[in-house]
Amino acid sequence: MAEVDELARPASPRDLFLTFNWLALQGFGGVLAITQRVLCDEKRWLTVDQFVESLAVAQVLPGPNVVNVALMVGDRFFGWRGAFAAMAGMLVVPLVLVLALTALYAQFSVHPAVAGALRGMGAVSAGLIVGTGLKLADALRRNPMGVPVSLGLLAATFAAVAIMRWPLLVVLPGFGVLACGFAWRRLGDEARA
Amino acid sequence: MNAGPDLLSLFGHFLVFSLLSIGGAITVAPEMHRVLVSEMGALTDAQFTASIAIAQAAPGPNILFVAVMGYQAAGLAGVAATLCGIMLPATTLALVVSRWGHARQDWRAVRAFKSGMAPIVIGLLVATGWILTVQAPGWPHVALTLVAALLAWRTRVHLLAMIAVGAAMGALGWV
Repeated sequence: MAEVDELARPASPRDLFLTFNWLALQGFGGVLAITQRVLCDEKRWLTVDQFVESLAVAQVLPGPNVVNVALMVGDRFFGWRGAFAAMAGMLVVPLVLVLALTALYAQFSVHPAVAGALRGMGAVSAGLIVGTGLKLADALRRNPMGVPVSLGLLAATFAAVAIMRWPLLVVLPGFGVLACGFAWRRLGDEARA
Repeated sequence: MNAGPDLLSLFGHFLVFSLLSIGGAITVAPEMHRVLVSEMGALTDAQFTASIAIAQAAPGPNILFVAVMGYQAAGLAGVAATLCGIMLPATTLALVVSRWGHARQDWRAVRAFKSGMAPIVIGLLVATGWILTVQAPGWPHVALTLVAALLAWRTRVHLLAMIAVGAAMGALGWV
């Protein structure tokens, strides 16, 4: 894979801390979209495929997904020091800000322009999550299950969660076991071929 | 109010929430509401809802709604109790599993897991965005979401610029 050669890596745990801090401060209504853009497009520390893999692990484990991704990325480059630096970068400054905002919230939340601005930001940040999903779907081109099956699984998951509103604890294990079982067989066929 | 046992039980509850929070901490919000508001009386209903709204409005990961809950229940000590509680089990587990998988990345089972889960995880992301936007009434809201999705997918327009435009449109009452 040619693209692996072009990947960069963080210079130090400090670099990790500053990068995750910087991206967390740009993430309104969730940091997943900006995390993907900074790590894959701007810094080139991860390929889109690697990002999807980290997200898959983060998604099936308990805990906040993006913080789990930050931990894994930090750990990959600098062990537990990197993991801690990335996580602290993601959390410390935003924590101070969110507590300050808590103190102000009661005064401002009743203002209609503020409520409207928050609603507009919410609409955009929902769109950023959808857009990130569509971008990551590019990784499915290289999926051993093949593009049609992968897209079918994507659509089925979307329908189950967004339209049918099935609980995650049904969808993840249910579709997950089917998909991983199918991928297991395909990888076996590949190895034999 | 005797803060000692309160803080310990807050911490203990959040350790449990952490292990339940598959798919993100927000998935345990109903359980948190049951324990914090109905059972412990640590937060009012309005405080609980505001915690989630404040964390959404502020920059940074949404998990910080847990810190806001801790702050409203017991000040800065409450923040330490809730945030450490929600982070410790999940982060430890994430590191252990990620290292285990990374050391065995050529195993067929590990590759099957990553390949199989990829489309499901991506489908979940799209679904999350969809659910977030259809909760709010009105087609301009959904239209704004779709335009933002298209721009984030296809262009390199800065994400903060899009957020700023959304805020301005919202403040003007257009969405």
